Amino acid sequence: MDENKLISAEQFGMPSREPQLMLGNEAVARGAWEAGVHVVSSYPGTPSTEITEAAAKYEEVDVQWAPNEKVAAEVAFGAAMAGARAMTCMKHVGVNVAADPIFTAAYTGVNGGLVICCADDPAMHSSQNEQDSRYYARAAHIPMLEPADSQECLEYTKLAFELSEELDTPVFLRLTTRISHARSIVKQGKRESIPVKAYRKDMMKYVMMPAMARKRHVHVEKRESFLSEAANQMPINEITMRDQEIGVITSGACYQYVRDALPNASTLKLGMVYPMPMKLIKQFADQVKRLIVFEELEGLLEKDIRAAGIACEGKNLTGLQGELSVESIKHALLGTPMPVASGVDLPARPPVLCPGCPHRGVFYAVSKLGLRVMGDIGCYTLAALPPLSAMDACLCMGASIGMASGAERAQGKAFSKGTIAVLGDSTFLHSGIAPLIDAVYNRQSITVLILDNRITGMTGHQQNPASGLDIRNQPAPAVDIQKLCESCGVTHVSIVDPFDLKAVEKVLKEETERDEVSVVIARRACALLERSTIPPYVIDGCRNCGMCLKLACPAIERREKQVVINAALCIGCGMCAQVCPFKAIKEGVRAV
Amino acid sequence: MSQLSFDLVIVGVGGQGTLLASKIIGKLALSAGLGVKVSEVHGMSQRGGSVITHVRVGDAVHAPLVSLGAADYLISFEALEAARAAAYLKEDGIAIVNTQRILPMPVITGAAAYPADPLTAPPLSDHVVEAVDALTLAVEAGSQKAVNLVLLGRLSRHLAFEEEAWKHAIASSVPRATFATNLKAFEAGRV
Repeated sequence: MDENKLISAEQFGMPSREPQLMLGNEAVARGAWEAGVHVVSSYPGTPSTEITEAAAKYEEVDVQWAPNEKVAAEVAFGAAMAGARAMTCMKHVGVNVAADPIFTAAYTGVNGGLVICCADDPAMHSSQNEQDSRYYARAAHIPMLEPADSQECLEYTKLAFELSEELDTPVFLRLTTRISHARSIVKQGKRESIPVKAYRKDMMKYVMMPAMARKRHVHVEKRESFLSEAANQMPINEITMRDQEIGVITSGACYQYVRDALPNASTLKLGMVYPMPMKLIKQFADQVKRLIVFEELEGLLEKDIRAAGIACEGKNLTGLQGELSVESIKHALLGTPMPVASGVDLPARPPVLCPGCPHRGVFYAVSKLGLRVMGDIGCYTLAALPPLSAMDACLCMGASIGMASGAERAQGKAFSKGTIAVLGDSTFLHSGIAPLIDAVYNRQSITVLILDNRITGMTGHQQNPASGLDIRNQPAPAVDIQKLCESCGVTHVSIVDPFDLKAVEKVLKEETERDEVSVVIARRACALLERSTIPPYVIDGCRNCGMCLKLACPAIERREKQVVINAALCIGCGMCAQVCPFKAIKEGVRAV
Repeated sequence: MSQLSFDLVIVGVGGQGTLLASKIIGKLALSAGLGVKVSEVHGMSQRGGSVITHVRVGDAVHAPLVSLGAADYLISFEALEAARAAAYLKEDGIAIVNTQRILPMPVITGAAAYPADPLTAPPLSDHVVEAVDALTLAVEAGSQKAVNLVLLGRLSRHLAFEEEAWKHAIASSVPRATFATNLKAFEAGRV
């Protein structure tokens, strides 16, 4: 792909060792590389995805996409146990999936360093909830570092590996969207030469049966009390005294907001948010008149500080919802009026399925048939919005199938004749297989629709085990989803082209009627992956009936007396031509 | 007025290439030895939703986000999105707006109406608005994808970076094969 090669920075006198503007996520990857990381295994999830993508650009590192976060964490743990420095990256809800190995890895500890990056998404820019990963650090007794800009992303990642090996524990690196997806200047270093340590069988440390785990639990507790004490001397927990009227304890992106909003306030910036340096906090509290904790999501720091007998304010000023900002901190503390965003009376612009998206035809048919849809996590969740309005529920990765089974248990078999479970290829491989087995085993009659576009779409096109490619776009074995479903005991597995609307409608009608579990695979590559060479469609003789608008295609616009196709957006999928009752939509003329 | 410390907000519709514009300004600031932070939107909004990128350039930049009422400049790739983001501008802030219209789904379905002229109505009418037909200029330069460079060219009139510095930043941000087109689009916006 020569045309994609960039003109090198060196050509313009900017040697690559000069400071670079890096995403927080890229800086984490750089930090891991500098720390000599050997293995990175992750499942994509906004806002964490680019860490692993950036790591894959360093050829010395063995980087892979795993089918889900649990597998990713287990691979990283296995690598660390076998002596390598290893990292696994995920979004906040991914930690739920990986929680099982993570909690017990806290007992076993490591051999090579193990870093778990989790990226929270306050304000839910691209997530289904606002859970706070800092609870996991407390629950699993795993130390957690939180950087406040890209330079710290790099440095804290290196520190996390050191702590991991020194304290014999996995270490969490916690990011939030505004750290992961903000670019700031990073000074880069060299890669440390860290050899893979020897593998050593150690039953007492790595076989977590009750007798051994009881002993390891003692180690966990000792480690935590040691670190709680050491935290008071760690340079990343830093007091900066300014005006003594107000002292703020904060971390991560909130620290940056505080510095802009309250430039004169004294600060205690926590680089390690668990365990907390309680003596240092007490010392800081004693030096300021009013102590305030600014933190996004839960009021965790605040609760712990108050539990230690130190008076402070926090969530009473900001609430639990969404992100903080310079404006909200000024408003909370100085009473500055909260600026009002413009555009409340303007038409909203929700995200939509792209022009030519293969999911569109499927949901058009589903909507036409009036089926109930147990939905899932992916681009196709956008079909919940009008005019397709084709989704009844969306909970978490892979939940569509279990929800459909549960609904049938509640409402009876007839209910499943008007219901489908819908999920993508990557989501199916992530956590849809076990519920499919459950449905077959427990004699359900649900219909599962797998939208197989060969890629993990919403997070920005990451390869998955059915893509036939690995993270570096090298050929890889591909799971045959049809055979996989058949071997789970599904006897009726059909494949349909989602661009063929009649065929989709027919197969959905037939399969929902069945009294047993059936699977429909709608197979066509993501429209953003395979660029169309078909010229844009045109409308000639429009009667303005509006049928084509039901497709919810952003390339189709209604003007005063007719509908037009926006040639700049249309990719020529031709679905609109199939739904036009007057055959007024036709393939356009190829530009020379 | 030309300045080397500024807050900029770039808005548009997911998929329009707003990230390239911020990348170029980021590199420009970096090569000029200035502090810079850029905050991007990845994920769901990139699928045709409203997108916003914050760019903060200066010596003491902390927050990665521009505060409402603090932006010196607003670049909008789409007319309606300019109106939506108008509150980011400070009183004497300047909006550079591509006149292109992309209808959002509620307008396509008839649930809402696209404003008659978002560029001359409040809240944008309270500010200096530079309307640019960037799509036409980009197509003339050789690619409709070069809208971002046309708009950057227009912004460059207000900033004190030298033309050579812009060229270097563009060259190190775009594929080699598209450099000539992109530079042409930049110059079309700058003149």
